[in-house]
Amino acid sequence: MVVLGCLGLALFMLPFIGLLGRIPWTALPDLLGSEVVIDALRLSLVSSVSATVISLVLGIPLAWLLARVEFPGRSIVRGIVTLPLVLPPVVGGAALLFALGRRGLIGEPLGELTGLILPFSTWGVIVASTFVAMPFLVLTVEGALRNMDRRYEGVAATLGAKRWTVVRRVTLPMIAPSLVAGAVLTWARAFGEFGATITFAGNLQGRTQTLPLAVFVALESERDTAVAISLVMVLVSLAVLIALRDRWWRAL
Amino acid sequence: MRVRLAWGLVSLIVCACTGSSDPTETGLGGGVLVSAAASLTDAFAEMESAFEDAHPDVDVVLNLGPSSGLREQILEGAPADVFASANSSNMGQLVEAGEVAGEPQIFARNLLQIAVPAGNPGGVAGLHDFAREELLIGLCAEDVPCGEFGREALAKAGVTAAIDTNEADVRALLTKIEEGELDAGLTYATDVASAGEAVEGIDIPENQNVVAEYPIAVLANAPNPQTAAAFVDFVLSAHGQAILTSYGFTAP
Repeated sequence: MVVLGCLGLALFMLPFIGLLGRIPWTALPDLLGSEVVIDALRLSLVSSVSATVISLVLGIPLAWLLARVEFPGRSIVRGIVTLPLVLPPVVGGAALLFALGRRGLIGEPLGELTGLILPFSTWGVIVASTFVAMPFLVLTVEGALRNMDRRYEGVAATLGAKRWTVVRRVTLPMIAPSLVAGAVLTWARAFGEFGATITFAGNLQGRTQTLPLAVFVALESERDTAVAISLVMVLVSLAVLIALRDRWWRAL
Repeated sequence: MRVRLAWGLVSLIVCACTGSSDPTETGLGGGVLVSAAASLTDAFAEMESAFEDAHPDVDVVLNLGPSSGLREQILEGAPADVFASANSSNMGQLVEAGEVAGEPQIFARNLLQIAVPAGNPGGVAGLHDFAREELLIGLCAEDVPCGEFGREALAKAGVTAAIDTNEADVRALLTKIEEGELDAGLTYATDVASAGEAVEGIDIPENQNVVAEYPIAVLANAPNPQTAAAFVDFVLSAHGQAILTSYGFTAP
């Protein structure tokens, strides 16, 4: 058991050790301070946090529907929600392009009405990230809603609490650990998102080039920059995961 | 490793063919192994069947790949008869190494073209339109050949392009033009031709264009030099040139 466990750990650790071995330490400050890296970091933070917020706003009600409301085709809806987890992100990106692109099913009327064009814009990055990341939130929260003891809600209601009060004071606090865990997973997935973004939103520094895209482009020519950006991604991810460690463990 | 395995197979097939068929009175027959740049895939497939129709005893075997990879195979002693390269530098290295019989000849040129969606919704007429902010403009990423040449052409024309995306490769760029998500992009004429009806090409004047020249030559160690020379002559003949033109190449 111990040997197999250590082997598993080694599989996680070795790539990072390989990465550390490639870091150009002396040139690092210059590389990290470069405009490309700073633009990409800013864009990655903005888009991943936005995607998480949108996922919370839309995902909690969706999870509630799936967990609490009996309706025909519920298992199909759950399947659709899970789909972005299974699909290669490039396929998701192409599907988004066909639906929300400038000539897309919904994208075309949307553009005519509002003038908003999603592809090649930061909004496109946020939509793509939300598409691939929201399932983590919906599935985590749905599981929590199913498993929680619903008698507390019933008691609150019999004591005269309005429906919204029950949700706010009883339901949400009870599922809070799962909510945080789901949000962290969602954020992490959005932060690392690559395939759907480059397919749907394109690749332009400062507008759609997030950290993963910057790494991909830099790997073609400037290996050192690619390694430096990868280091930034590892550090930011570790920082967030460690900061949320306690709640994280409690929920999982 | 895979390349070598494939080579083993190819050589086996070639040997088998050479052994089984007798040369005709014209002296043409047996197998001819043609190592050709990947961008020649479609054009040379048609070239192969046309040449075999004219010489039923000949079996042309195409070995397609990046010019640099094919060059390495030949330097390592792969038993190829003909080399058709997408640029002069790879051919030049073989000439220097004494691997080429006679002078390489330019058999085709590939010109950059502006690719626009069918109907040209952006009203693009030339490279100067790439500066128009209101259009959605795409190029290949800087380090990909098509991106490098595209930037070269824009620099020649003195145009500062309002780029909206730097796509990872020419295929990704063409897809977004096909879908009408981009108003214009820069690719080779052969890429436009291969994309079919959904994409239109707009010619770029010679003085702003970047031209790739394709040289072809019989190799010094060709197992079947006579038939190899006949194949090269065929490529350079009016029939061969017509085939190349139909795939977007320009006559030398």
